[in-house]
Amino acid sequence: MTEPTITPELVQKHNLTPDEYAKIVEILGRTPSYTELGVFSVMWSEHCSYKNTRPLLKTFPTKSPKILVGAGEENAGIIDIGDGLAIAFKIESHNHPSAVEPFQGAATGVGGIVRDIFTMGARPVCAINSLRFGPITNGSASAPAEGADSAIANRKSEIANNKRLFSGVVSGIAHYGNCFGIPTIAGEVYFDKSYEGNPLVNAFCLGVLRHEQIARGAAKGIDNPVFYVGPATGRDGLAGAAFASQDLTEESAEQQRGAVQVGDPFMEKLVCEACLELLATGAVAGIQDMGAAGLTCSTCETAARAGTGIEIELDKVPQRAPNMSSYEIMLSESQERMLIIVHKGREEEVKRIFDKWDLPWSEVGFVTDTGRMVVKHHGQVVADIPAKKLADEAPIYHREAAEPAYLAEVRAFRLDGIADTTDPVPQLKALLAWPSIASKNWVYRQYDHMVRDNTIVCPGSDAAVLRIKSDSLPEASNGQTVPDKFIAMTVDCNGAYVYLDPYEGGKIAVAEACRNLACSGATPLGATDNLNMPSPLKPELFWQIKESVRGLAEGCQAFNAPVTGGNCSLYNQSPNGPIDPTPTVAIVGLIEKPEHITTQWFKDEGDAIILLGDAVDTADPLQGLGGSAFLQVVHGKKTGSPPRCDLDKARALHEAVRSLIYGGSIKSAHDCSEGGLAACLAESCISQQVARETPRLIGADIDLSTIKDVRLDALLFGETQSRVVVTASPVNAGKIVAQAKILGVTATVIGKVGGDKLAIKTAGGAWSWPVAELHDSWWHAIANAMR
Amino acid sequence: MNFAVLQFPASNCDQDAIHAVRVLGHSARYVWHKDSSLGDADAVIVPGGFSYGDYLRCGAIARFSPVMQAVKQFADNGGLVIGICNGFQILTEAGLLPGALIRNRSLQFRCEHIFLKTITHDSPFTCNIPQGKLLRVPIAHGEGCFFADAETIARLRAGNQILWQYVNSEGELTDDANPNGAVENIAGICNDRRNVAGLMPHPERACEAMLGSDDGRLIFDSMIRSLQSKTTAKAA
Repeated sequence: MTEPTITPELVQKHNLTPDEYAKIVEILGRTPSYTELGVFSVMWSEHCSYKNTRPLLKTFPTKSPKILVGAGEENAGIIDIGDGLAIAFKIESHNHPSAVEPFQGAATGVGGIVRDIFTMGARPVCAINSLRFGPITNGSASAPAEGADSAIANRKSEIANNKRLFSGVVSGIAHYGNCFGIPTIAGEVYFDKSYEGNPLVNAFCLGVLRHEQIARGAAKGIDNPVFYVGPATGRDGLAGAAFASQDLTEESAEQQRGAVQVGDPFMEKLVCEACLELLATGAVAGIQDMGAAGLTCSTCETAARAGTGIEIELDKVPQRAPNMSSYEIMLSESQERMLIIVHKGREEEVKRIFDKWDLPWSEVGFVTDTGRMVVKHHGQVVADIPAKKLADEAPIYHREAAEPAYLAEVRAFRLDGIADTTDPVPQLKALLAWPSIASKNWVYRQYDHMVRDNTIVCPGSDAAVLRIKSDSLPEASNGQTVPDKFIAMTVDCNGAYVYLDPYEGGKIAVAEACRNLACSGATPLGATDNLNMPSPLKPELFWQIKESVRGLAEGCQAFNAPVTGGNCSLYNQSPNGPIDPTPTVAIVGLIEKPEHITTQWFKDEGDAIILLGDAVDTADPLQGLGGSAFLQVVHGKKTGSPPRCDLDKARALHEAVRSLIYGGSIKSAHDCSEGGLAACLAESCISQQVARETPRLIGADIDLSTIKDVRLDALLFGETQSRVVVTASPVNAGKIVAQAKILGVTATVIGKVGGDKLAIKTAGGAWSWPVAELHDSWWHAIANAMR
Repeated sequence: MNFAVLQFPASNCDQDAIHAVRVLGHSARYVWHKDSSLGDADAVIVPGGFSYGDYLRCGAIARFSPVMQAVKQFADNGGLVIGICNGFQILTEAGLLPGALIRNRSLQFRCEHIFLKTITHDSPFTCNIPQGKLLRVPIAHGEGCFFADAETIARLRAGNQILWQYVNSEGELTDDANPNGAVENIAGICNDRRNVAGLMPHPERACEAMLGSDDGRLIFDSMIRSLQSKTTAKAA
C-alpha cells in the first residue's frame, strides 16, 4: 500500500496550518501517516472541534436543575420534563452540502440530526427546521437599474437559482422526514440577498425517553466488542466536515460535489428501530452515530469520553466500493451508520436484532486500555493516535474582533428623509405577500406534519405543540404507561437585525422564540442554537459572531432557557460576500395542561382585542422601524438600528401572557414581529386553516386613534419589541387589562373581533382591508413566486 | 375486536393505527411482514408509511411479503381488510383492489386536512357514518392520485364500490378540493365483495378531538359495528 508522502502542500490541502501540523507531529512524536493526516484534518475542522468559537460558546448559560445531559457532553442535550420522562433535542446545519446539492444536502441534514437523537436512546418524535435563501421574487429592494438588460438577465438567473435551491431543499427535507416517519411541525424561512449562493439549512430533531434509557457515546469496558451496524461504507461524503469548514466558492462547489452524502431514510428508519430495540435489551455499553467525520469521529470520541482506547480493523468494515484505502474508509461520511460498543458476551443479541431488520452488521474491533485509537488495515497499523488528544485537544483560537465600518452608517440612519405613509392599504398587502412574511404553506404542506398522532398545533401558529404519549417513548422492559405531556417549540432569528446590530439581534432571536412559546402557553425548558456565520478570520466578521453570541447568552439567561447544545457553521460566504450573521435559536417549552394550549388566530365574533406592551417604543429614534420589513419592502432599505430589546420588559410580558392564559380567559395570543402590529392583526384574522382551500377568515375592528405623536408607519408597521395581541370574551376584558397592569405590562383594549374586514382607525385616518383579499396575498405569495 | 396491524420495514403509521384502535376501546397488535399467519385477527389494517422504502414503486415490494399471502387468504375468506395510504397502494399492487395510485398531479407531497364525502353507506367501512356527514381527515402522500381506466371506473361505479370522494366544505366535487388529481376525486374504494377497502386519507390521525378532528372514528366504528353484527349473527 503506497500512501502519498506528507508535504507542506498536502498539509495545506487538508486545511491545516503549519502550526497545527507541528502540534500533530508533537502529539504523535513522528510524522503522521496519510490516514492520520486525514483523521486530524476532519477532527480539527471547525465543524468537529469548534476551534474558533469554543471560547465564545463557553459564555452560554448551560445549567439548570432539569438538565440531565448538558452541552458538549454527548451528541445531544437531555432535559427532564417530569414523571421520569425526558426530551433530547438539537439543531444542526447542513449549509454547504445544500448549496452544492440541495435535495441530498438537506435530506442528509435531517438524517444526521435524527441519528444524533436516537443515539441518545431517545425515540425521535418531531423535526423542525430553519431555512434561508436568496430572494425568489424580484422585489423593489434588489431591482437593478432600468435599462440594464444584462443586469436584468443576470438577476433573473439568480432568482431562478434561488428558487431551485429553495425547492430542492424543501423536497429533500420532505423526502427524508416523511419517509422516516417523523412529523416536521414548525420552522421558519427567510429570503434575503445575503444568502444568495449560500443558503442556510438548519435541521432540528427532538426525541423522548425515560431517564433510565439515556444512552452514552462512550467506549466503556475493556475488551468489549465494537460493532459497526448499518449500510456499507462508500466513497460518498469524503471529508464533508472539512468541506463544511471552508469558504464556499464556485470552484469548491464543483470539486466538492463528492463531499455531499446521499441519504436513505428507509435505511435510517430500520437502523433507528433496530438500535432502540437493541438498547432496550441492556446489551449496549456505548453507542454513537457516524455523522461528520464518520468512523474517525465515532471511534475517537467514544474512546475519549470513556477514557479508554479503541482498536478497529478496517478489513471488517462493510464496503460498498472496491479497493477503498484506509484514508477513504476512515473519512467517508456514508449515511445511516452506527458504532455500537456491546457488553462482552452479549454479541448474539446484536446479531439477532440486526438480522431481524435485515441490516448489515460487523464486529470491527474492541475497547482497549491504551487510550489510543488504533486502526489496522491489511494487517498494518495505519493510524495510532491518542484518542483524547485527537478528540478534545484541537487548537483553540481567540480570534481578533473589530467593529465593522458599516455600523456607523447604520447607527446614523434617521427617518428624516422618509415621508410617513399616507396609504397603508397596499403596503400591508405587500408586506403580507413578502415571502419572508407570507404563509409558508407551500413549504409545510410538503412535510408530513401529523404522522405519529401527536401534533396538536400544526405549522401556522406562533409555535407548534406536540403531545408526548406512552407510545412516543422507546420500548422499555417495564412498559408502563405514562401521563401525556405537551411541549411547544419554535425556531427564530431575524438575520437583518443581527446584521444591523449583532448584540441586539442576538437578544431578539431568543426573545422572539420565548415570546412565541409564551403565546402558545409554554414555559421555556432549554435552547439549542445554530450559529450560521461568515469567516471568523476577518476581525469585523468575528466581531459579528462575538456580539451576537453575547446577545444570545444574555437572552437565554434572562428567559431561563439554558443552551443544551448546538452547532456552529462558519465560512458562510459566497463570491457575492458574507451572509448576514444568522444565529438561529430553537427553544422548547413545556405546557402544563392541555387547556393552556393557545393558538394565534381570532376565535369568536365580538371578542375583545387587547394589546399587551407599548404600541410604539418612543425612546427609539426610529420608532421600531430600523431593520424592519416595512423599510425593506416599501422603501428598499435594509438599514437603521433594529428595535431595542429590553429583556426585563420582555420577561415581564412573557410571564404576564402565561399567567393570563393560565387564568383561562385568553382565546388567542399572537406576537408582533416582522410587519409590526398591522401584520400581527392581519395574521390573527386569516391564519386559521380548517382544511384544504378552506381558511377560516374573521375580521376585526381596531381603534388606535388615542395613540398620538407617533408616525403612522411606525404605529402600523414598526417592529417595537415585546408586544402581544390577545383576545378574550368582552366580559373578561376589563379583568385582563387590570391583571396585566398588576403584572407590570401595559394593556390596552384596541378593538373587537368580527365582520369580514380588518378595519383600523388611527389619529391620522381610517383604513380597511377585506380579509379575503389579505388572505389571498398572504397564502398564495410563495406558490405564485414558485410557479 | 382484535385488529392486526401489519408492520413492514418502514411502515410508519403502524403505531398510529394501533393507537387509534385502542382509543376506540378495542385491541390491536403488530404482525411482522415475515410472519405468514395473522393469528386470531378479526380485521386487518395495512398501515401507511414507505414499506421497503417504496423502492421500485409504492407497495410493489410489500405485495410479495409472506404476510401479504396471509392477508390474501384472509380476504378470500371474507375477512375485513382496510389499507390506509401506503396500505391502499399495497392492496392495489397485490391485486386485492382495482386501480393504481400514481404521483400527485402537483408533483409534490401533500399534507393537509381534506373533506370526504361518503358515497355509499352500504359497506362495512361506511355503515356507521351519518347520512350527509362530511369527514374532515388529513392526507399525507406524494403518490395518492387514484387512477384506473374508464372501464374500471365504470365498473366501480356500477358496483357501488366508490366509498369516498374529495369534496369542498360544501360537499361539492370540485377540482380545487381534489388534492392529488385523482380520477373523479376518488379517495377510497372497496372490492366487489365489499370486504377490502383502501383510502389515501388517514382516519387513524383523526380519532381524537385534540388532534383537530375525530371524524376518522366513524370509519373504524363502521368496521367494528359490522364485525359485531357478524359475530351476533353467528351466535344466533
